Amino acid sequence: MTLRKQLREKISAAFYRHGLLCASYPVPIILFTSASILTCCYPLLRLPLPGTGPVEFTTGVRDYSVPSHEPQGDLGERPDWYRGPPVAYIQQVLVKAAVSPWDSSLVPVDVFRSPLGRVFSLLEEIRNHVHSDSSGIRSLESLCLQVTDLFPGLRRMQSVLPEHGCLLVSPGNYWQNQRELFDSDADLLKTIQKHEPKGLHTSATLRDLLFGVPGKYTGVSHYNRKRVVTYTITVVLSSYDARFLGSLRARLKQLHPSANCSLREDHMVHVHFKEEIGIAELIPLVTTYIILFAYIYFSTRKIDMVKSKWGLALAAVVTVLSSLLMSVGLCTLFGLTPTLNGGEIFPYLVVVIGLENVLVLTKSVVSTPVDLEVKLRIAQGLSNESWSIMKNMATELCIILIGYFTLVPAIQEFCLFAVVGLVSDFFLQMFFFTTVLSIDIRRMELADLNRRLPAEAGLPPPKPGPLRPREVPPPPRPSPHTITLQTPAFRNLRLPKRLRVVYFLARTRLAQRIIMVGTVIWIGILVYTDPAGIRTYLAAQVSEQSPLGDPGGAGLPPHLGVAPVFRGGDPTSTLSIHPAPDPTPLPENQSQGHHGPARAGLLPQAPPAVPQITWGAEDEEGWRRLSFRHWPSLFSYYNITLAKRYISILPVIPVTVHLSPQEAIETRHPQDTRHPPPPIPKVSADLQTDLTLYKVAALGLAAGVLLVLLLFCLYRVLCPRNYGQNGVSHGRRRRGDLPCDDYGYSPPVSEISPLLLRGHSMDIECLASDGMLLASCCLAGQIRVWDAQTGDCLTVIPKPGGCWEQRDGWDGVGGATEPECLCSEAHGSYVGIDGLSEEEEGYPLRRRTAPIRPTLFNDQPDLTPLIDTNFTSQPPSHLLSTPPRAGFDFGGLVERAYMEHEPPSPSAYTSPSSADWESSVWAMELRGNLIAAGRSSGKLELWDAVEGSLRCSNEDGVSGITALAFLNNRIVAARLNGSLDFFTVEINKPLCLLQYRGAPLRGSVPPSPCYSSEDVISCQLTRSVHAAGRVVTGSQDHTVRIYRLEDSCCLFTLQGHSGGITAIYIDQTMVLASGGQDGAICLWDVLTGSRVSHVYGHRGDVTSLVCTTSCVISSGLDDLICIWDRSTGIKLYSIQQEAGCGASLGVISESLLVTGGQGCVSFWDLNFGDLLQTLLVLDNAAIVCDFGSELSLVYVPSVLEKLD
Amino acid sequence: KTEASSTCRRVFVTTNLLIRGAMLFSVGVFLALVLNLLQVQRNVTLFPPDVISSIFSSAWWVPPCCGTASAMIGLLYPCIDSCLGEPHKFKREWSSVMRCVAVFVGINHASAKVDFANNVQLSLTLAALSIGLWWTFDRSRSGFSLGVTIALLATLATQLLVYNGVFQYTSPDFLYIRSWLPCIFFAGVITMGNIGRQLALYEYKFIQEKSHQD
Repeated sequence: MTLRKQLREKISAAFYRHGLLCASYPVPIILFTSASILTCCYPLLRLPLPGTGPVEFTTGVRDYSVPSHEPQGDLGERPDWYRGPPVAYIQQVLVKAAVSPWDSSLVPVDVFRSPLGRVFSLLEEIRNHVHSDSSGIRSLESLCLQVTDLFPGLRRMQSVLPEHGCLLVSPGNYWQNQRELFDSDADLLKTIQKHEPKGLHTSATLRDLLFGVPGKYTGVSHYNRKRVVTYTITVVLSSYDARFLGSLRARLKQLHPSANCSLREDHMVHVHFKEEIGIAELIPLVTTYIILFAYIYFSTRKIDMVKSKWGLALAAVVTVLSSLLMSVGLCTLFGLTPTLNGGEIFPYLVVVIGLENVLVLTKSVVSTPVDLEVKLRIAQGLSNESWSIMKNMATELCIILIGYFTLVPAIQEFCLFAVVGLVSDFFLQMFFFTTVLSIDIRRMELADLNRRLPAEAGLPPPKPGPLRPREVPPPPRPSPHTITLQTPAFRNLRLPKRLRVVYFLARTRLAQRIIMVGTVIWIGILVYTDPAGIRTYLAAQVSEQSPLGDPGGAGLPPHLGVAPVFRGGDPTSTLSIHPAPDPTPLPENQSQGHHGPARAGLLPQAPPAVPQITWGAEDEEGWRRLSFRHWPSLFSYYNITLAKRYISILPVIPVTVHLSPQEAIETRHPQDTRHPPPPIPKVSADLQTDLTLYKVAALGLAAGVLLVLLLFCLYRVLCPRNYGQNGVSHGRRRRGDLPCDDYGYSPPVSEISPLLLRGHSMDIECLASDGMLLASCCLAGQIRVWDAQTGDCLTVIPKPGGCWEQRDGWDGVGGATEPECLCSEAHGSYVGIDGLSEEEEGYPLRRRTAPIRPTLFNDQPDLTPLIDTNFTSQPPSHLLSTPPRAGFDFGGLVERAYMEHEPPSPSAYTSPSSADWESSVWAMELRGNLIAAGRSSGKLELWDAVEGSLRCSNEDGVSGITALAFLNNRIVAARLNGSLDFFTVEINKPLCLLQYRGAPLRGSVPPSPCYSSEDVISCQLTRSVHAAGRVVTGSQDHTVRIYRLEDSCCLFTLQGHSGGITAIYIDQTMVLASGGQDGAICLWDVLTGSRVSHVYGHRGDVTSLVCTTSCVISSGLDDLICIWDRSTGIKLYSIQQEAGCGASLGVISESLLVTGGQGCVSFWDLNFGDLLQTLLVLDNAAIVCDFGSELSLVYVPSVLEKLD
Repeated sequence: KTEASSTCRRVFVTTNLLIRGAMLFSVGVFLALVLNLLQVQRNVTLFPPDVISSIFSSAWWVPPCCGTASAMIGLLYPCIDSCLGEPHKFKREWSSVMRCVAVFVGINHASAKVDFANNVQLSLTLAALSIGLWWTFDRSRSGFSLGVTIALLATLATQLLVYNGVFQYTSPDFLYIRSWLPCIFFAGVITMGNIGRQLALYEYKFIQEKSHQD
């Protein structure tokens, strides 16, 4: 155990040092790693490129002997596959036949009917050829490749391909090698066409197989201008007998001499075929690759919390891939040639090596504390995971070693690769990936840290940004502050999934790229897979063009010009132009026949009447023009594979056949003449090829234009946004820039300025608002009603008791001296009079007549009672000389003085009765023009807000009212002793307050049975909120209760907090949030009374709770604002505020959060946790704050009614 | 209200079960097709004219049987987990599942393509690989016992099929069948169970969320 621990510590320390090293020198290490990767991959260059094309090797015919199986030392450039006998020898007899001279009486069918008919006699000749010499008699039967059944899937080819005998194919196979069938066949072309596959045909068709030359060179068609028919008789031999072949060649040449033939006969070509992967084999392979990509996808998806997710995922994939390459390279270097199919084992290797280590590393590093230095983070992350990484690697190596001892060569090889791959993967992870990760983390720190900082809870800000609260001196006048509001469209914290997908598609322009890549791949596949098609076609096109440009060759028949392309030299030197072997003079009048005039006008040089049979270099190896799958497919029909084997192609035997017109007519089928004459082409052949080229070009151009248009449309559809314009600002947002969303959209900037409402002489105790009106009440008991829009003071309801005495005292000092104070003085005297009179008489209405700066006029006189005691020590002139502008500073000073002198003040003032002191307003509600005020004496008063008169009052309760709820005509009052009173306001009668359902039931006695059983003293109702007919109370006895407003019945008692309830929020969705002194926040379902979630987020009391539709925002005594997801209860992020800044919360619109604290109002963007702006609004005011004696109204554009 | 929510939950559970079953079925069919193709000896290296038919080289009833079996197994595993009351916690992520599937395909690949000296060696290797698969991706006792049981049952069923002449192996070496068949079955059961558990995780999450909301 101790050993293990020691080992563990050592490994951890080593990893730590390594992490430090990697993070310290990222660039040299990456260079070093790249160099080592390249070095290890260097041996791979020697490996043959993967590909399935056949390889050729040419030897001489004369000294040919079957190569032995054993590798024979140094044999020059002899390839290593050239061992042992070939699968087969291919002997082709190339027949060129023509009817000559051409007769105008001949019909187009005659061009190929009689030449094709000759194949039967040739076949006869070949089959019956016997060579006899000293070693015995040999016939074709003994030498040829005997084939058995066709492959079972090819039943329909049974009629045309030979079975149970020599593999000998020729066009005669179409007619079962029987002359009679051929002669009785009315439509040869139809017979040939019958066997062609429908639709898209692969390169090796049956026609190619039987004719042995590509279809367009055969000349078997109605439109054959050259009137030469070409086909081959292919003999497949299993053993090579030079003498037999020589005699066959001599015999055929003797029978059908090719006068002008100069084909070389001394080379045989050995063609080696690679293993070809069929679709059937491809499907499992593709499946494994799909699984592999799914694995990589699901793995890299887990990379999170980094700057560039894609970059890291790429790095991870590069790590794995290059470790594989390194393993192959290293194995090759040490002489271990890979024999396994690399493509097949590759996915398994990746799966064995895996991406887990990379992910574990990333996770470990990003979970280290963010405030650490990058170096230390990397080092810590590495050392945290070192043990598990080492353990995993040891386990894997063990498993692989076990696999090595299975002694199965394939598995051993796999294991060897896997071991080397694992080791190199570990090396790359340690050096390459770690370094990339450190670079990434550093980038994130630089770019994101400042921006994300508010979201990181509990961290001291390292660099104060310009957005941080500034300690500006409080402006004497409300100065405009600027706040930016984001448009609601981009405020959602999380976009819906489909939108994100669309945005992703649009952002990366994925669709277009996929289409483009797909097109390119498609074109590539076309070009690659059909070499017999496009490539040869193009070559032929070019070769047919070339004589046109060559004045010397203008007189040549078009097909003669093919040669230059292949020889590259002077065309005339290689072209064997021979005089027509047929001495028959060319009858001019016969040449054109019925379609002569049309052509003659266009082409001065008409095709010769005597078809020229010429032999060019291209005939030497005519099989090259066939698809490279020609031979494999031929053999595959007989279940013989050519994969990894070779065939030898012997030099072709040329046969020239000239047929006389009589012969052609004799062999004619009676129906041949009934065929309609072929449609006369209006243009010449040359022009036609020209036009074909032009057509191809035009088509290509059109397709390109169409493609571009299509892409453009797709672009317009998928990317309606213009990226170019805002591209600069996107992603490059610097610190201090205006906050803008991800799309570079900067919201409009609007200005707000706080409006000061001054008038209260003491600290404001409670506030109430209904949007239009704002009622405030100060400690002194004075209630003021303000216009919430303009800030005008509409009504002043003075305190009935104690305060008039103070005013009285003030009257004597400053009353006469200040003209501006006149109204106040009068006011004071009014109060005095009213105070002397009885309360029931109603209070006189006080209306402001001067709208201009009423607050300022009112300011000084109201302040002065507080500093009454100070006037003895301070000269009054100082106070009087203070200009109104400086009133605020002075106020602060005065306030401090007042605070100092407060303790003696109760003794200094002789209050008329103790009841006056107790009757301060503890709770207030404003609804319509009625103000409900709950006093500490337990008295509930209803005031008219506009007239300032007391409408009615209720003094049944003895315990102070701590909370009030006023809804419609119901008033709910919570009292200090834990009772809840429900009142009904009768409006139509002379206003009076009716206690709901009679006093005995809901009076001062505890209204619900629950209360009686509990500790009544501690059961202080701290808050009551109402919504949708429910009244919710949270009390000090740790419970939240829900009452129905109509019948005041207690529906639920929710228990779950372990401390008194300090904050409650409820809204129309019937979700209730409560926060307690224990720092816990509970979400309840009001309808069922069940607890939805219960989270702890604060140290200390939860002071305030607000919900938006998607999240819950809480603030606590620890100055932390937490934002929770409303549905899951997961903390999204938290904001650490300055001390004392987050006392109260408000939400303006979905994403704008306002916090108010001591002397500042802060606006937060809920989506990003960004601090938008901090306003320093004088010393003592939040938006509408009950702190101090001043009110400040901050107009936030268009959301004023939300102030609360 | 609670009744309504419970009804809603029941509906959800049923649809989820159906969806899971369908997904598992399709995965089973797909794997059966592909792996069967692997088993088919390489007769042709080239494009025979009817390639497509070779994909469906096996009898028509094989893929549906495999699909049904995999659906049952994939549903059985999470069910047994919940019955035993121990939700499977080991490596519950899609990447691990993908790795498991890849290893399973690899085991099949090895059984089909790698030339072993004798059948005992092949069977032992495959058994070790299957056990390794279980250890790497499952590690639950219930999974192991279920895997062994189902593998044995499936082997028995195959033997019966072969005995009755429904199909046959080219070179049977152990009571009409190949001796590696139980290993393949075991690995398949583990893989399908892994997929099934991962799919069941969504339902589990949903129910948790739902109960939170309630």
